[in-house]
Amino acid sequence: MKPLEGIVVLDFSQFLSGPSAALRLADLGARVIKIERPGSGDSCRQLSLHNLMSDGDSLLFHTINRNKESYAANLKDPEDLAKVIKLISHADVIIENFRPGTMDKLGLGYEDVKLMNPKIIYGSVTGYGKTGPWRNKPGQDLLVQSLSGLAYLNGNADQPPVPFALAAADMFTGAHLVQGILACLIRRGRTGVGGLIEVSLLESILDFQFEVLTTHLNDGGQPPVRSSVNNAHAYLGAPYGIYETADGYLALAMGSVIRLSELLNCPALAAYSDPKSWFLQRDEIKRILVEHLLTQPTQGWLDVLEPADYWCADVLTWERLLAHEAFQELDMVQEISRPGSQPIKITRCPIKINGMRPESTKWAPWVGENNAKLEEEFHLVEPTAKGERQV
Amino acid sequence: MTMTDLDKPLQDMLVLDFSQFLSGPSASLRLADMGARVIKVERSGIGDICRTLYISNMELDGDSTLFHSINRNKESLALDLKNPTELDVIKKLIGKADVMIGNFRPGVMERLGLSYEHVKLINPQIIYGEITGYGHNGPWRDKPGQDLLVQSLSGLAYLNGDAEQPPMPFGLAVADMMAGAQLAQGILACLVRRGVTSHGALVQASLLEATLDFQFEVLTTYLNEGKSPVRSSVHNAHAYLGAPYGIYRTKDGYLALAMGSVVELGHLLGCPEMTMYTDSSEWSTKRDEIKRILAAHLLHETTELWLSKLEPADYWCADVLSWDRLLKHEGFQTLQMTQQVTRSNGASLMTTRCPIRIDRAYMTSPKGSPRIGEHNEAILQEIAGM
Repeated sequence: MKPLEGIVVLDFSQFLSGPSAALRLADLGARVIKIERPGSGDSCRQLSLHNLMSDGDSLLFHTINRNKESYAANLKDPEDLAKVIKLISHADVIIENFRPGTMDKLGLGYEDVKLMNPKIIYGSVTGYGKTGPWRNKPGQDLLVQSLSGLAYLNGNADQPPVPFALAAADMFTGAHLVQGILACLIRRGRTGVGGLIEVSLLESILDFQFEVLTTHLNDGGQPPVRSSVNNAHAYLGAPYGIYETADGYLALAMGSVIRLSELLNCPALAAYSDPKSWFLQRDEIKRILVEHLLTQPTQGWLDVLEPADYWCADVLTWERLLAHEAFQELDMVQEISRPGSQPIKITRCPIKINGMRPESTKWAPWVGENNAKLEEEFHLVEPTAKGERQV
Repeated sequence: MTMTDLDKPLQDMLVLDFSQFLSGPSASLRLADMGARVIKVERSGIGDICRTLYISNMELDGDSTLFHSINRNKESLALDLKNPTELDVIKKLIGKADVMIGNFRPGVMERLGLSYEHVKLINPQIIYGEITGYGHNGPWRDKPGQDLLVQSLSGLAYLNGDAEQPPMPFGLAVADMMAGAQLAQGILACLVRRGVTSHGALVQASLLEATLDFQFEVLTTYLNEGKSPVRSSVHNAHAYLGAPYGIYRTKDGYLALAMGSVVELGHLLGCPEMTMYTDSSEWSTKRDEIKRILAAHLLHETTELWLSKLEPADYWCADVLSWDRLLKHEGFQTLQMTQQVTRSNGASLMTTRCPIRIDRAYMTSPKGSPRIGEHNEAILQEIAGM
């Protein structure tokens, strides 16, 4: 039995932050019903990377929305809204990521929904919180990264601020939302009380920086200084970084510069005997390493460092990773297909429970794919006094 | 508004955390934030190695600031787990615990007699969370589970930085943070189930799987398209997104531009050259050419001026703030994202709070990180009373 079996989630959210949270809940066994606009549905259906589409929806959409159902409803239409309100009375969790105020205007804000279902766990994602001067700014990943200081930690010192090249804010926010929702489900099990969970892209991306931001808050506000040589972390000393070798690259994590000098046979490094110098003279030390590591292929260096348990690794492309036994052992990839369509390859849940990866072959739904079934199952269309069905 | 301890959702949960550094301790920190009582089980003498892992040589009261930020709001029990008497103490505590967390290399907990198979005999309802670097099988199982190394093996570094640069890692411990977040999710889900069925569980996450999941959107593209990612050679911000996506220099600072129409951007910025790209598929195929035109154009005016043209049109754009500017900004202050935590001896530190709000309240705690074994006496007394 998957841990969240029996939990019903209504997901009103679009794009990545909210839907990635709903995906994890689905992975863990919850039944997730996407509430979508009739016709076009989640805007992510048309947001493609490299124009990759499958069966009318972007591959991106398929990736994020596998293992979910879809209920198409026009929330501005009173009849559709009435059906959604009925669904809400059967739900355990609601997720939404509209700009602040949108759900309230629809009569689906937490205060409204709580009256319909006092035990509901209501998860709300915004870009920047619901108050303050940024509340109406677009809650988009790159923009939040840019406002949060994150881009000044990435890339080399001589570069402009370099953003983290994935939707880190969306992904962390989704994970934090799941944590809050699950914690409130635990509380509900004990007390019977529902809850409102609010997360924002900005707070989540600040949390992601908590180690280094804490340093900044306590070191008199000194700005972070990225390494000018193969930066990998503005606050870590040499040798931390990825270096070019004679035939590829080598990653070196934290470790003794002296030990490295001995293992790599690089006498110039031996001068840095004071560990404090590994941070204070970071770039100077890294420059010596850059020169030295170019002289041998990656495997040559690994052969010396790994037996000494020095923290190092090759730097793999996806092509080399996917061909590697270590990747195959994880069994992280599955094929999923919609009836009548070509299968697509999709990753699985990264968490294992009792030694097993939770699995599902359920595809990402068409818009409104499950309307008829849901209307019947939850009696969303009530017979009238005359025995006729309302439309 | 700050939430009272009694309202915190994980009130009454007891977590025993055997883990070190960041991945496991960041998961237990989140459980502590949400109300759980977290006891760090540390080696006598040295404790969590993170205590001496300094970033930028900064320390406070004998421990690194890193340690303080990750381990606030926890207790410390220092024991020698190889000593049978002290191991018995831990087994008694395990009998009372709801959650246990470890992040040793595979085999270490087995040798101590504290693997899930052992522990569930003591406490069948326990939720046992475990983080490894690369999983329990396969050729990498004994490799060091360190963030940069996992980033390097996972393909992540080939997405970040500009095309002409070597693979560039993400400049923070993203594998650790993601693995911690995944572990916390799995633990909480199993606690939900335990409330219904009384069953315990083993929850496993690894840095590698968490980092692959972090890449799931673009990795899926690769799996189905078969073409290697190509970073932009002009201000790369995402290897799979077309122009204008990126951060650009202006006359006096920087400007971030997210996805949007290149033609509309040309009109709004007064850059006729860009309005020629009317075929939107070219925003991907001619990404770097378009971004070069944009980079040259944006240098002519200040960030503020560009924002004043783009924001009223709701074009997705933003200033690019340093922490210095961010921390002074009302947009940051309204979040009340910082809190002061204080050790029992008075040493105190400013740090961030839990990013999750519940019932419109922040979850904070003034309790600083513990000194090694600070709570031994109190915990041993509690055990004696059990």
